[in-house]
Amino acid sequence: MTIEARFLIERGDFTLDADFIVPAQGISAIFGASGCGKTTLLRAIAGLEQPTRGYLKIAGEVWQDGERFLPPHQRPLGYVFQEASLFPHLSVRGNLEYGYKRLPPDARRVDFDRAVTLLGIGPLLARRPQGLSGGERQRVAIARALLTSPRLLLMDEPLAALDRQSKREILPFLERLHEELSIPVLYVSHAPDEVARLADQLVLLEQGRVRASGPIGEMLTRVDLPLAHGDDAEAIVEAKVAEHDRKFHLTHLEFPGGRFTVARKDLPVGQPVRLRLLARDVSLSLERQEGTSILNIFPAKVETLADENPAQLMVRLDAGGVPILSRITRKSATILALEPGKSVYVQVKTVALLG
Amino acid sequence: MLDEGDLAALWITLRLAGLTLVILLLLGTPLAWWLSRTRRRFKAVVEAVVALPLVLPPTVLGFYLLVALGPNGPVGGLMVTLGGEPLAFTFAGLVIGSVFYSLPFVVQPLQGAFAAIGRRPMEVAATLGASPLDRFFTVAVPLARPGFLTAAVLGFAHTVGEFGVVLMIGGNIPGETQVLSIAIYDHVEALEYGHAHWLAGGLLLLSFLLLLAVYVLNRRFKVA
Repeated sequence: MTIEARFLIERGDFTLDADFIVPAQGISAIFGASGCGKTTLLRAIAGLEQPTRGYLKIAGEVWQDGERFLPPHQRPLGYVFQEASLFPHLSVRGNLEYGYKRLPPDARRVDFDRAVTLLGIGPLLARRPQGLSGGERQRVAIARALLTSPRLLLMDEPLAALDRQSKREILPFLERLHEELSIPVLYVSHAPDEVARLADQLVLLEQGRVRASGPIGEMLTRVDLPLAHGDDAEAIVEAKVAEHDRKFHLTHLEFPGGRFTVARKDLPVGQPVRLRLLARDVSLSLERQEGTSILNIFPAKVETLADENPAQLMVRLDAGGVPILSRITRKSATILALEPGKSVYVQVKTVALLG
Repeated sequence: MLDEGDLAALWITLRLAGLTLVILLLLGTPLAWWLSRTRRRFKAVVEAVVALPLVLPPTVLGFYLLVALGPNGPVGGLMVTLGGEPLAFTFAGLVIGSVFYSLPFVVQPLQGAFAAIGRRPMEVAATLGASPLDRFFTVAVPLARPGFLTAAVLGFAHTVGEFGVVLMIGGNIPGETQVLSIAIYDHVEALEYGHAHWLAGGLLLLSFLLLLAVYVLNRRFKVA
């Protein structure tokens, strides 16, 4: 099951010519700089833009092609705009019920109380939108969209208009959404940290065109893409809590390429976690280092080397099938005689748990 | 105090203003909606035509309406051909004249209110499954409530205050086309200042109260 979209939209001197296919599950981020056409693409998917040419197929159903154009109100999707855009003439409950009531009862797959609980807005139901904080408003907007039982949820930078506190408040709700509901999400963002935390797939948009798309771990480490360069270049590793070390107050996390040891986390054994490894925190050695304070060391194979700047290289490695980035100096690469296929040991100075 | 003729004039005036308002809301709402959404160049022409009664002397508007509605005019002639009466000097003629005369007072506030809503709320409603007509009545109309109130009061009050157009096309037939403003004129002509005072004072008070209601209510809506 996939989401397949092809749109050509011409607006004066801007042209969106986007074409992508992503699995119809999990969160797919549409990522790119401001003005690259992310929002226009999302609006086209919702049917809010009239494209010059358009094709949209969601999980086997064509919503739009040369002949057909399903108008927005007939597309079973939820749309969360950047500003919550709640109806000011309705209460929070009225806002939530607006889409819910327009759905035939047998088509309501998201329970009203469940959505309210999921987003923690029970106490707000009788309130007016004007009295809510930015974070509360956005949570109501998300619940409102969910209550249309969408087959696809579109989110246009839902956190961009919020302050840092409200962002922190909403992110856990988005993660719960991800875990508890099986609604595919297209998530527009220009914030790398949001994408790293939430996305499963990434569609990279550049000046109105799709540069590349694929699984997040793969996309972030593709050295032919700008994402895998710069100070914040990073790899995403999906791991599981393996065991806790009571004596040293540590937690072991397992992934296909080995085992991470981090300061004790209060998580149950078996819990999946997402780790972020910054390329600048990953160093390489030819032999397993002894007598080092670094705990996270595992074997890997060099895949590709790419120029970073005159002094540095970006190395993409394969650790048990998981791609990892390491940024090292050109000098070190020469000393270690790094080349594709070479076996090395990866040393990770710091690991961040996302979420 | 008021005599029978004054009461008849009052009743005709209220009927005229009420009926005109109903027609104007029915015609003006879609017109204002179209004007607030369209990007066609033709829009400017329509806007200018709608605004004409604001600048034209009522006698000019009245003159053309008289010609059109009279037995030899296109509309009046058609009525005669269909076996009816020409519309000039009838209550129906007054309604038609008032609709033109008060058109901008209804269309302009509505157009402004619709434009102020912006596209977003309608788009949100669309993504929540509301059809165009559904979202017009459940989103656009409630959000444009202050505009409707202003339009209704201005449209009504402006028709009540009409003089020149009525005089031109309605004449001054007591009990049929004589409205308050003309009754006042007649009283003054006849040096019946007492009558004139009652009617004029009444109109002044009514107009003031209507406008006050608009401003008070619109302030309340803004906070709500």
